[in-house]
Amino acid sequence: MRATVNGDSLELPDGLSVADLLRHLGVRAERVAVERNGAVVKRARHPEERIAAGDVLEIVTFVGGG
Amino acid sequence: MSSDDAFTLGGRTFHSRLVVGTGKYRDFPTMQKAILASGAEMVTVAIRRLDLQAQGEASLLHWIPKELTLLPNTAGCYTADEAVRTLRLARELQIGGERPLVKLEVLADQKTLLPDGEETLRAAKQLVAEGFTVLPYCSDDPVLCRKLEEAGCAAVMPLGAPIGSGLGLRNPYSLQMILDQAKVPVIVDAGVGTASDCAVCMEMGVAGLLVNTAISGAQDPVAMATAMKLATEAGRLAFRAGRIPRKLYGSASSPVTGIVGK
Repeated sequence: MRATVNGDSLELPDGLSVADLLRHLGVRAERVAVERNGAVVKRARHPEERIAAGDVLEIVTFVGGG
Repeated sequence: MSSDDAFTLGGRTFHSRLVVGTGKYRDFPTMQKAILASGAEMVTVAIRRLDLQAQGEASLLHWIPKELTLLPNTAGCYTADEAVRTLRLARELQIGGERPLVKLEVLADQKTLLPDGEETLRAAKQLVAEGFTVLPYCSDDPVLCRKLEEAGCAAVMPLGAPIGSGLGLRNPYSLQMILDQAKVPVIVDAGVGTASDCAVCMEMGVAGLLVNTAISGAQDPVAMATAMKLATEAGRLAFRAGRIPRKLYGSASSPVTGIVGK
C-alpha cells in the first residue's frame, strides 16, 4: 500500500501499525510524535493504530528554535 | 529586600528571568555552553518533521540539560489551526507534564515576521480550552495583551522589536501600559540585540526576557549569554531597588551649606 509520510509517498507493507511503521523506518518512538490524517496518535496507541492505504502521516521531533 | 525573587508561570517556579532559544547555533556544543552560561531554566524548541534520511543524527535534546523546562513554540505557523495542530504534537512529544507550557506564535507574513493578533487570540482560546499553559508572543499592543490575558493566557510576551532584528525595545511607552495593566507575567520576546537591551526591559519591571538570535548570532555566543545573564540580573535588581525620578535640572549630591570661604 502507499501512504504519505512527512510529505513523501512511500510503499509500505499492508496492515502496518504506527509502531510497525516507526520500526520499519528505523525511528525510535520515544523521540517522535505521530499524527495520522490530522490527528495525534497517542504513544500508547502506536501498537494498535493501523495504517490504511492513502493515509497521511506526520512524524515530528524537537529541533532548535526561538 | 527579600533575597527570594522567583516568579511563577503556570504553577512552575523560575529563578532565572532569562529564557533562551535553541535555534541558529553553529553547533550543538556551542548551544549547550551558551545555555549554561545564560543561567536559563527554560529553553524554547521548535517542532519539525523528522528527517527520515538523516536518522542517527544527534538529537537536540541530548544537548539540553535535563533539568531545564522545554518551551515548545509554533514558529512557522501562519494560522491558528496550524499552531494548535503543532502544539498538540508538542504535547505528545513531552513525556509527562500536566498543562504543558507552550509558546504560541502565529505570524502574519514572512517579511516582517510580525505576529497576527487575530489568529493568535483565536489559537490562545482553543489551547487554553485544551489545557495548555499558553505563553503568547504578540505585538506590543496593550489592548491585545489584555484580551490574551482575559482568554486565560499564563503570561503575555510582547515583542521589543521584530524577531531577529536586534533593534532593542522600540516602544517603551506601550510596554509601560502593558505592565501597568497586566496581572500575569510580562515577558519581552524578540528584539533584544545586546546586553543593555536586557537591562532596559528588566528595569521597567518585566518578569522576564526571551532571547535567541542575539545570543546564537553573536560572534561569541557564550560570552553574550553571560553578558545577558548579568544584564538581566542587574536590570531586575535595579527595578526592585526603585530608581530615582527623572528630573530636568541638577540636584546637588554634596551639602549646599558650610562650603569653604562662603
